[in-house]
Amino acid sequence: MTNKLQRVLMGSCLALGLGLTTQANAEELRIGYISPVTGIFAQVGKDMVDGFQMYLDEHGGKLGGMDVKFIVEDDQGKPDAGVTKAKKLILQDKVHMFIGGLLASTGYALAPISTSEKTLYISSVSSADDLTQRQLSKYPYFLRTSWTSSLPHQPLGQWACDNGFKKVIVIAADYAFGYETAGGFQKVFEDCGGKVVQKIWPPLGTKDFGPYIPTFKADADAIFTTMVGPMALQFPKQLRGAGVKLPILGSGVSYDEFVLPFMGDEVIGDVSALHYSAAIDTPKNQAFVKAYRAKFGKVPGYYSENNYTTAMWLDEAIKKAGGKYPGPEEFIKIMASIKLDAPRGPVELDENRNPIENVYIKKVEKKKMFGYDKDELWNTVIKTYPKVSQFWTYGKEKFLAQPVYDRDFPPCKNCE
Amino acid sequence: MANQQFKILIVAATLATLVLIVPHSGSFVVLLATRAMAFAILAMSVDLLLGFTGLSSMGQAAYFGVGAYLTAVLATKFHFGLGWDFWIVVILGILLGAALAALFGLFAIRAGGVYFLMITLALGQCVWGLAYRWNSLTGGDNGINMSGRPNFGLDLGNEVTFFYLVFAFFAVSMALMYVLVRSPFGQSLAGIRERELRMQILGYNTWLHKYIAFIIAGGFGGLAGVLWAQTNGHVSPETVVLTTSVDSLLMVVLGGSGTLVGAAIGTAIVFGLREYLSTLVPWWQYVLGGVYVLTILYLPMGLMGLLSGVRQRFGSQGKGEGLKKLATKPS
Repeated sequence: MTNKLQRVLMGSCLALGLGLTTQANAEELRIGYISPVTGIFAQVGKDMVDGFQMYLDEHGGKLGGMDVKFIVEDDQGKPDAGVTKAKKLILQDKVHMFIGGLLASTGYALAPISTSEKTLYISSVSSADDLTQRQLSKYPYFLRTSWTSSLPHQPLGQWACDNGFKKVIVIAADYAFGYETAGGFQKVFEDCGGKVVQKIWPPLGTKDFGPYIPTFKADADAIFTTMVGPMALQFPKQLRGAGVKLPILGSGVSYDEFVLPFMGDEVIGDVSALHYSAAIDTPKNQAFVKAYRAKFGKVPGYYSENNYTTAMWLDEAIKKAGGKYPGPEEFIKIMASIKLDAPRGPVELDENRNPIENVYIKKVEKKKMFGYDKDELWNTVIKTYPKVSQFWTYGKEKFLAQPVYDRDFPPCKNCE
Repeated sequence: MANQQFKILIVAATLATLVLIVPHSGSFVVLLATRAMAFAILAMSVDLLLGFTGLSSMGQAAYFGVGAYLTAVLATKFHFGLGWDFWIVVILGILLGAALAALFGLFAIRAGGVYFLMITLALGQCVWGLAYRWNSLTGGDNGINMSGRPNFGLDLGNEVTFFYLVFAFFAVSMALMYVLVRSPFGQSLAGIRERELRMQILGYNTWLHKYIAFIIAGGFGGLAGVLWAQTNGHVSPETVVLTTSVDSLLMVVLGGSGTLVGAAIGTAIVFGLREYLSTLVPWWQYVLGGVYVLTILYLPMGLMGLLSGVRQRFGSQGKGEGLKKLATKPS
């Protein structure tokens, strides 16, 4: 009796469920978006969402002709909360794909979900190197529209070498992102003949660099630095305050437009590398910066640009697929076939599903730009390395034969 | 005594309802319930210390963390614990949690009150520091990804099956802790909570009692960690971070300390607000904050205090015994 009742109940539930899915299938693209919109990374998280949303708004809420249901979920900057939210998006909202994740650790936590749930995951900011390098085979439903941490810093190593720097001190935040940025720089710089003479790893969140600055070796001619969040603001201030005049070659995130407005004149002249600068002088970027600034009252950083571009990329891909979502395998192939002209410049996927993109060597300058009437700090592009791959010039085989950049790789041969 | 049986009956009925309803209410709810129950074991272990022994531990995430990291490291580096040997990992997790607590207890138990809180906090941060800096073992900030759950005839990869397993662990843990706090040993812990000096004068070795309670709580923390790692398939320093300890403490206070059930209710509410409400509205943090503030202002005994308050008003047998007991408990 109960059995019968149960069957009837389940049957009706099933029917209801089916009814709902058919309704939802009416050419609607469901995109889940995971971003830390609360917690210490809340502002970055909001910038990420804003970038994506701005593209949607400009295109009437449609991508490639499909109506988009854009569902933002908060991961609070915690990998395991991200996992829960990704599962919610897949199981409850039945999204076609999920996008986002800020921290490298979140990226590492989300990628396996794409495999186990057979749902496309697009990393639009998170830059953990190995996801598109040695671990790629584990994640067939994963692709990246942003960057790997080491990608812009390998050209920076070349640039430093070409511009006559010989001995560099590395000081970077003590976590995977710090190792990968510094590792990329050191590898290329030393292969070209430079020497990294000292490596210092202050813990993530360090605000007082007093104990580190006096230990700098006197014979160095530049400093490579990767600082994130409040560290990025404090380090240059304290370094110059201590009277150290060495030039800085930095990671792009230390001088991103996200922190730049809060920095003082002490950072003028500092050099950094990234795959985006708001000061790229092209009509496309100028239009993007102006539209973004008009809407959100500030200059976009790479967090916003990367997500804007991701939306643009999806737009093209859905269009190419004929206005429908063809399933993850097919969709990844289509994404890989597209050459996009984004605000950051030309972008396309390499065979490991990571972008090949321009890398900009930037110098902080105080000037007027794009017709704004105030003097502001801008990341002026002083050199462009076109179409840079995550493997730099080493080639895929040779690059993947070495271990992922780490605290002790490349080893510091010239440190004493 | 009849009153006590009645309470057990209510809890058992609630648990039975849970296990009947949850598996049929959507995969996300199943996932949430699984997470909440794994974490509730940790919260109950905190309650064992806070509510029954009068020790406010700020480092419970340490035992949780070693359980989780043990599971992840064994699974990824040694391919151990992916079949029936999952049960060995469970036992190892409990033992490791208890062993770490035994070590930390040597430092912490000597102190009381705020000092105990500070020492456990510091020791907990040591474990976090290890997880964060010991890259070769823990993967540093990136953490460790596990590839799938164990399968020993019973495929735990299935969310519903896994829910039943975690539910079983949760129910058994609750029952064990209940038996423990009702035992003569548990009664002596309550005595220490109320007045340690008097217990000493009565001839109890209060240090040893507290030490053993601390170790048991560590063991349950380790168990919760093993389940947590399997629930998420991912372990990172976030698992061991101070907020995890604080969260578990807040959950106990919210639900009502010294009740065990309160810890579970507190966990359910926090998880419900943080992980379910947050999918519906962006202002969930205000709700969570409001709930905390209101609870502390108006329900110093937590939500369980509300229940006993209601019973006291409408029932005849309550006599406010529970209420008074909770109200005089030092926090």
